Amino acid sequence: MKKIDLSVLLIVLFSVFPFSIKAQNFLDGGQVHGNFQIDAQYYEPDDKIGADTIPEKFLMNAFGNIIYTNGDFTAGFRYELYLNPLEGFDKRLEGNGIPYRFASYKKDKFEITVGNFYDQFGSGLIFRAYEEWNLGVDNSVDGIRVKISPFKGVTFKGIYGKQRYFWDKSPGIVRGADADFFLNDIFKKWQEKKTKITIGGSFVSVYQPDDPGLKLHLPLNVAAFAGRFNISHGKVNFSGEYAYKINDPDQINNFIYKNGEALLLTASYSQKGLGVLLAVKRIDNMSYKSNRLENSYALDVNFLPPLTKQHTYSMAAMYPYATQPNGEMGLQAQVVYTIPKKSKLGGKYGTTIAVNFSVVNSINKQKINDTIPIDEYGTLGYKSDFFKLGDTKYFEDFNIEITKKISKKWKLIASYLNIIYNIDVVEGHPGEEMVHANIGILDLTYKFTPKKSLRLEYQQLFTKQDKGDWLAFMLEFTIAPKWFFSVMDQYNYGNPDNNKQLHYYTISAGYTKKANRIALSYGRQRQGIICVGGVCREVPASNGLTLTISSSF
Amino acid sequence: MMKKLTLIILCLMIVVISFSQEKTKKYAKIPSVDIKTVDGESFNTSEISNDGKPIIISFWALWCKPCIREMTAIADVYEDWVDETGVKLFAISIDDARSSAKVLPTVNGKGWEYEFLLDPNGDFKRAMNVNMIPHTFLLNGKGEIVWQHTSFAEGSELELYELVQKVTKGEDINE
Repeated sequence: MKKIDLSVLLIVLFSVFPFSIKAQNFLDGGQVHGNFQIDAQYYEPDDKIGADTIPEKFLMNAFGNIIYTNGDFTAGFRYELYLNPLEGFDKRLEGNGIPYRFASYKKDKFEITVGNFYDQFGSGLIFRAYEEWNLGVDNSVDGIRVKISPFKGVTFKGIYGKQRYFWDKSPGIVRGADADFFLNDIFKKWQEKKTKITIGGSFVSVYQPDDPGLKLHLPLNVAAFAGRFNISHGKVNFSGEYAYKINDPDQINNFIYKNGEALLLTASYSQKGLGVLLAVKRIDNMSYKSNRLENSYALDVNFLPPLTKQHTYSMAAMYPYATQPNGEMGLQAQVVYTIPKKSKLGGKYGTTIAVNFSVVNSINKQKINDTIPIDEYGTLGYKSDFFKLGDTKYFEDFNIEITKKISKKWKLIASYLNIIYNIDVVEGHPGEEMVHANIGILDLTYKFTPKKSLRLEYQQLFTKQDKGDWLAFMLEFTIAPKWFFSVMDQYNYGNPDNNKQLHYYTISAGYTKKANRIALSYGRQRQGIICVGGVCREVPASNGLTLTISSSF
Repeated sequence: MMKKLTLIILCLMIVVISFSQEKTKKYAKIPSVDIKTVDGESFNTSEISNDGKPIIISFWALWCKPCIREMTAIADVYEDWVDETGVKLFAISIDDARSSAKVLPTVNGKGWEYEFLLDPNGDFKRAMNVNMIPHTFLLNGKGEIVWQHTSFAEGSELELYELVQKVTKGEDINE
């Protein structure tokens, strides 16, 4: 009995329950929906780009989600398959099975979930469980979650469980509680006020048994606290969150006993046609995991968002930034302005200009005394002046993007970016030079008929460091809403090594009907980093045929 | 042994599911999920409504280029759509804490006039079984999901609007 997995029990519940109790009623009101996706690739060896020979030749990642809802009751599971994981995905994903299943019941002010769940407290600085299929990230908690809303404007949440670790679970137990108050709903006097205020607070504790091998006096329960606010008044919005974590020696911080801190502040002003934003953040020793020995992206209890713009054009995404959990200070500013329609500068359809700037530096770190070096194993690590910027630049990005509809037939997006990228710190390539890159992008769309259009992307990246200059070119023909065909080439013509001045060409085609999509592409993929949200993964170079099928129902 | 049992039960379940599907051939409604408004207030998705007129729900993010193209294309004609059919578009941003605070100033800066909501941890996205974005749903006046589509190509908004018009007239769009 002990061996029977919860998933099996749930499935039994699924199938037997409807028959046993008022079978007809249960089925009548119920709905089943889901989605699935298959990503498969056939690999060809390619010595030139350094693509490894894949002994399996063919690799596949796939999942299927099935959710059953009936009134207040919801249950579901996700089957996943990595046989074997696609290149660039964590090898620990290898296998297939049901890593995610849950049942939940929701009535008025009360909600309970058993099994796996995702959630986040505030902006996630001390707790965020989420999934990102394209990166192979899933740190769902397997346990119990309760949510209660006793009065309008008040929500309490409690979570308890262990995190998913590929096909296993975290050694640590994650416990947490969160409270959220929307003051305008709570106080009668405030209801009509233009100023809207939300405040919240959360507490998380991770328990992990002692590890005698480390020969350290370890905290077995690592607690973290966070408080947040959001004030909006008409066109102005101001929000922030501060988090504090007690000493938590782990692999990421080299087992130092310093406490951790994180601060995130954002202010924005916006009206129709103009939006301005300014954000600052400071992260100090905030890696928080449900296994102190884990040194990859897995088993993160919290989420530290990078405050930089996420780029998607291939050349702009060449040097993406990832948060440095051991310490960073940064700011971001953005202005989006639309020159009105039918004005001299705006033209017939108006023109949108977006300017974005971000910079991230190290934090100030000082020795705790004369004899102990900074970050020394088993010590307090370092002292840090909260308001002082560190000397090392991690990242800087200035970019401007102009979007303009020229006529009924032509649309244009033009951008320029200037990026400074500390490849040594961000990618962990010690000794490599700081990359300074200038990037220009032109994206032109021409409509032949209302539903047939051709899009051209031309991108150029100039840098004296790393792999030198690149050029990228893409043509995409679409017949709305079903078909797309594209050809693309990325050419590393400026590589200092003549033998590596290679073309990375790809041809692709896809067909979409409603929420069903099938796409095929053939060609070379360059080695690089892909990021979604705040997380990135390295993708090795590969060559071959890729098939993607996805469907929602 | 355990594996076999699981397999048998799975098969059984599929039978149950397909059986129940057949019997109840009606449209799904929006699941009730707590997400946020752009002002940071909590918002339950079951409150998405439009006085008996059609609703478009579109999942998007600031980092998704095709999503931005879709939003821009619809923005050009949205006023006409609203005048003619009373349709309302709810744009659900799945931007996480990295960029969710940028949603409000960006959409205002671009001058888009949809109803904006934030789903920073993808809870609503998961409940709606969205794989990739952009993913667009069309709801009839009764709040039933009558159509959905993933991806965007220039001109796709024309098909969407044809469907909105049909739904407004009360026509069944699933032949």
